[in-house]
Amino acid sequence: MKALLKALDVMVYVVLVVAAIITLIPFVWLICAALRRPEVYFQYQFLPWGDGFLGVNWRALTLDHFGKLFDQSQFAFGQHLLNSVFYASVTAAFATLFSAMGGYALAKFHFRARGFVTLLILSSLLIPGSLLLAPGYQLLFHLGLLDSYAGLILPGLVPAFGVYLFRQSMLHAIPIDLLEAARMDGMGEIRVFFEVVLPLVRPMTGAFLLITYLGCWNNFIGPQIVLQSPDKFPLAVAIAQLKGLYSTDYGLLMAGTLVSIAPVMALFLLLQREFISGLTQGAVKG
Amino acid sequence: MSVSVNHPRWVPYFFLTPFLLCFGVFMVYPLVQSIWLSLLQTYGPEYTKFVGLDNFWHLLRDTEFHLAARNTLIYTLGSLFIQLPVALGLALLLNRPGLRGRTFFRLVFFAPSLVGLVFAAMMFALLFGAKAGLLNEMLRRVVPGFPPEFPWLQEYVMTSLIIASLWMYAGYNMIYFLAALQNVDPALGEAAQIDGAGAWHRFLHVTLPEIRPVAGFVTLLSIIGSLQLFELPFVLLDGAGPENRGLTLVMYLYQNGFERNDLGYASAIGWVLAVFLAGIALAQRRLIRE
Repeated sequence: MKALLKALDVMVYVVLVVAAIITLIPFVWLICAALRRPEVYFQYQFLPWGDGFLGVNWRALTLDHFGKLFDQSQFAFGQHLLNSVFYASVTAAFATLFSAMGGYALAKFHFRARGFVTLLILSSLLIPGSLLLAPGYQLLFHLGLLDSYAGLILPGLVPAFGVYLFRQSMLHAIPIDLLEAARMDGMGEIRVFFEVVLPLVRPMTGAFLLITYLGCWNNFIGPQIVLQSPDKFPLAVAIAQLKGLYSTDYGLLMAGTLVSIAPVMALFLLLQREFISGLTQGAVKG
Repeated sequence: MSVSVNHPRWVPYFFLTPFLLCFGVFMVYPLVQSIWLSLLQTYGPEYTKFVGLDNFWHLLRDTEFHLAARNTLIYTLGSLFIQLPVALGLALLLNRPGLRGRTFFRLVFFAPSLVGLVFAAMMFALLFGAKAGLLNEMLRRVVPGFPPEFPWLQEYVMTSLIIASLWMYAGYNMIYFLAALQNVDPALGEAAQIDGAGAWHRFLHVTLPEIRPVAGFVTLLSIIGSLQLFELPFVLLDGAGPENRGLTLVMYLYQNGFERNDLGYASAIGWVLAVFLAGIALAQRRLIRE
């Protein structure tokens, strides 16, 4: 029996390790593809073998693709990177702020429209985003906001899901006595929100910021429809264009993909604990 | 008492205002507008013609739309019946008591879901390559008699998409299952074990009922996500692919609205999708309650 259990344990590890390797292969492959010189691109799938250190032919590797990408006169990826950072940061910051404010109002106050607003939010969660593409485009056209960052960001600040999440976590995380005590001390309502309420839902705030940031960073259809000037494109749209135009320069395409993925991966590695707990909070306890 | 009383009456409204403003302008208004739009034929945002229910009648006979619906359905079923069992399996393995490296494995499996669909499509366009793609090269080595240039992106488009989404989202769904499993009281399983229930029985009669609400939630999220598939095939195939094999509902909506400039027809497609999703969500709620 003991031997059997031991064998089972080993099996579990074998399955997990194999699954982990399969999961990681595309990442390793991507890094190698971005670094191989065009002359040897098709000869190898990963690193080019040779007689260099560790049996790798290091001279067949190059950083040229990255240089080309960031060269202002060629692809100006620096600009697209900045566009992505700007778009994702501004949207995430305001969407989180508005969600926390809305969730606070619904969780901690009694007012006449409360039931109605909650119902509105819950039913809007079922509406597919693609239904709003055509009327949203028309609206932005009439507002004169096409091809502008305002037109890209404003529609992203409708965080019904976020309001719901914050409402759920604030219902229990914020003792009402604390709010009353703060008011007794003469704190204004806005200071109460920023100095008492927000610190109490810090994990939720961090997780929602990250989720929204990631959603914007990876968003393609929004900027694809709203933006027209290439210098305004975020990475997701820029790279799709690159694929259309330079479909045979594989090393360049993979370098661009790597540049687009790496920042969010790094951010996630730094903040993974908050991220995962925030992601599952609404689902498991709600 | 769970809500405040000692505050001026304007306070909750003040905190709701930014959200309600955005919500009204960019959600409620376009939603209402899309009902009107679905009764129009348009060319761009300005030129419109009232056609009544013609858009919907046309959808009934539109073979491209039917193909898009079929493809989307195949993808959705593939994701559900392949991805979710894999996700649950991984979660069960990671939930074994005394497992080492749980955090590491969780991190690795979750990582692909951070990659945007566009960026994943960039990678898979090359990984699935018939001649020099990594997948074919590996399969040629492992599977005897595997064809030299298996046409993933030419003929097996939906299979390719299902494989790609397995890589991307199995670990994402696993996170939910794992969180649910970790909430299951271990005493339940131990009690069943003392009663002589085998591992399979314990899973079926103790674990599964306990994680049912989360399983329902994950299933619903997967269905909603899968039915809206767009970026992955759009970038992977530079459009709908050979013979529209990668055409999906949202891609068809996009093509009509933004390539053929008929926002009216696009809205009609959007409404069919919305009604479909609402139906699934309702059916799902009923199933969970039972």
